[in-house]
Amino acid sequence: MINLSCPIPLQQYPHILMAHGGGGRLMQQLIQMFLTAFGTADSIGHDAAILGLKSNKIAFTTDSYVVKPLFFPGGDIGSLAVNGTVNDLAMAGARPLYLSVGFILEEGLSIETLWQVALSIQQAAKIANVKIVTGDTKVVDRGKGDGIFINTTGIGVIEHSQIIAPQSVQPGDLILLNGDLARHGIAIMAVREELEFETTIESDSAALAEEVLELIAANIEIHCLRDLTRGGLASVLNEIAVAAKVGIEIDESLIPVREDVQGACEILGFDPLYVANEGRFVAFIPQKHGDRALEIMRSHPSSHATIIGKVVADQNWLVTLQSVIGSKRIVDLLSGEQLPRIC
Amino acid sequence: MKFVNEYRSPKIAQEYVAEIARITTRPWKIMEICGGQTHSIVKYGIDKLLPAQITLIHGPGCPVCVTSVDLIDQAIALAALPEVIFCTFGDMLRIPGSERKDLRSLKAQGGDVRIIYSPLDAVKIALQNPDRQVVFFAVGFETTVPTTAMAVYQASQLEIENFSALVAHVLVPPAMETILASSENCVQGFLAAGHVCTITGYEDYLEIALQYDIPIVITGFEPVDILQGIYMCIKQLEAGIVEVENQYSRSVSYEGNQTAQQLIREVFETTSRQWRGIGMIEESGLKLRDRYSKFDAEKRFNLKDHQTQESSDCISGLILQGIKKPTQCEAFGKKCTPENPLGAPMVSSEGACAAYYRYRQLVFS
Repeated sequence: MINLSCPIPLQQYPHILMAHGGGGRLMQQLIQMFLTAFGTADSIGHDAAILGLKSNKIAFTTDSYVVKPLFFPGGDIGSLAVNGTVNDLAMAGARPLYLSVGFILEEGLSIETLWQVALSIQQAAKIANVKIVTGDTKVVDRGKGDGIFINTTGIGVIEHSQIIAPQSVQPGDLILLNGDLARHGIAIMAVREELEFETTIESDSAALAEEVLELIAANIEIHCLRDLTRGGLASVLNEIAVAAKVGIEIDESLIPVREDVQGACEILGFDPLYVANEGRFVAFIPQKHGDRALEIMRSHPSSHATIIGKVVADQNWLVTLQSVIGSKRIVDLLSGEQLPRIC
Repeated sequence: MKFVNEYRSPKIAQEYVAEIARITTRPWKIMEICGGQTHSIVKYGIDKLLPAQITLIHGPGCPVCVTSVDLIDQAIALAALPEVIFCTFGDMLRIPGSERKDLRSLKAQGGDVRIIYSPLDAVKIALQNPDRQVVFFAVGFETTVPTTAMAVYQASQLEIENFSALVAHVLVPPAMETILASSENCVQGFLAAGHVCTITGYEDYLEIALQYDIPIVITGFEPVDILQGIYMCIKQLEAGIVEVENQYSRSVSYEGNQTAQQLIREVFETTSRQWRGIGMIEESGLKLRDRYSKFDAEKRFNLKDHQTQESSDCISGLILQGIKKPTQCEAFGKKCTPENPLGAPMVSSEGACAAYYRYRQLVFS
């Protein structure tokens, strides 16, 4: 797969031209390139993919990916665009099946870069066991984009009768987290701002569907799942507390954050609870299934799953945190984005 | 984290909490000067572990909060110039100027505003963009002054023509004296800022402690540091002793960082400066010495006449001096929220108003 060569004659067109979006021969070459990378699918030659879905419950989601730089330690915009949408389907308890991929390309982008992104998409789709069945490409003037913007839309099927949604969350539920926090956000910031830390912090970007489907297959009762992307753990817990009309209590000492990530957060004045992740999720699970669920989550190679807290009855719908020194504080929503502090 | 974990030890923290409770016999009001300490107090819930008789007052040590509205307006005006690349620390982006404009909105409207992590990055940007003017917004207390001094010194050595600094640096001891000299002063003990004293040492603090008869404890930023600092301060208050003690001895020495002080003296001299919400404090700021005045953005862009008025609805000055609580402000939570701040203490995560707003549900329920 890595040895695949780019089907576009690179010597002749080493960069994206406006004509690559013009509907003519160059656009056909570009489409051919994507087909080579993504493999054949059911819909080739049609205006739409025809999908045979044997389920009466379909999950359907869309997301756009804008990341600078396009390649970062632990991932790139291509794998991110696949994993992100696959994860959104997984969080609905669905088995991800099909993806669309829409590219907005900036004039002047190197074809070689695009090819590397396409290969990354192919590899991520293979790992997540999804097919790319339709797509689109547009080219915008130089200076009007950050190289590549990607939109992916995903379809998955729900093969069980559980209602996995914030409204199912109940007081007494345990909150399970599948690994350490904040690596993705810090990895991106470190390369974007050319910050030099002692170790290279790699993104946690990963597909989560397999892990979730395994929990479902083991008959674990799951009340809610949510991946911890922008806004991080704190924002997700606040959203769920409000949606489910419950309180949430977490324990800071149980939340894993790697030392190098913690150090970087302190230098920048960031709270890891609010930093973005791309391979982390929380699961709200009844107490009786907590240990078994943890066991399954921990069987995954990169997983350091842990129980970080519980759901309680609270008419104020607050998220509170037991600090490492034993005090309690509210974990609120951020006002806007986290900005690096002066001191 | 090898040398940090012991300063976050729940066991040691609880021991200090118990000791503080044991020795406290009456109400005391202690001010932590530094915004970094305020942040730790809120983050770790330190105030909630203390006896009810101890009140922590969040002082004016948040550089974001005290930078004058004139300078914020000047920054916004400079960043709007097409030839300017405006370099700033991240948390200055949301500070509202006199007309509620901020650098973040200006960036969205096309201003070339860049977040940097060190003033030396601004010098680098100037070298990379010889056809643009690069302005660094030099904000902060004694902690950030040495790197600004180094940037100006470096720009001078390299004879860089397109770099300048909009200097807003302020000094802690004059602010402490202003608070203590006020007829409304209620502060009985100070936790002085460890990072500031790492640079300056603490000779100046001896004079303040004796003149105003107030205990001062140089304190670090980890929870155990702060609890130990409070313990040392209460111990002095209860015994009727006035001393300057150094809790943060792993970083602070009596004479401070001499090399940094020398560099600061080379580049800067003291000047009177306007503090947001507090007003003019004599000799409380730094300005570039004449020999470096070509790097002064105010002079280069002729900004001196740019004077603006603070919103009269904001009582941040009283709050920063501990005279009023955020909840005593009529605008608090109504006209002024973190999403739509009137004054700086509602903007910064270290600001007293933002901290109170975050806790409002518990405060009022």
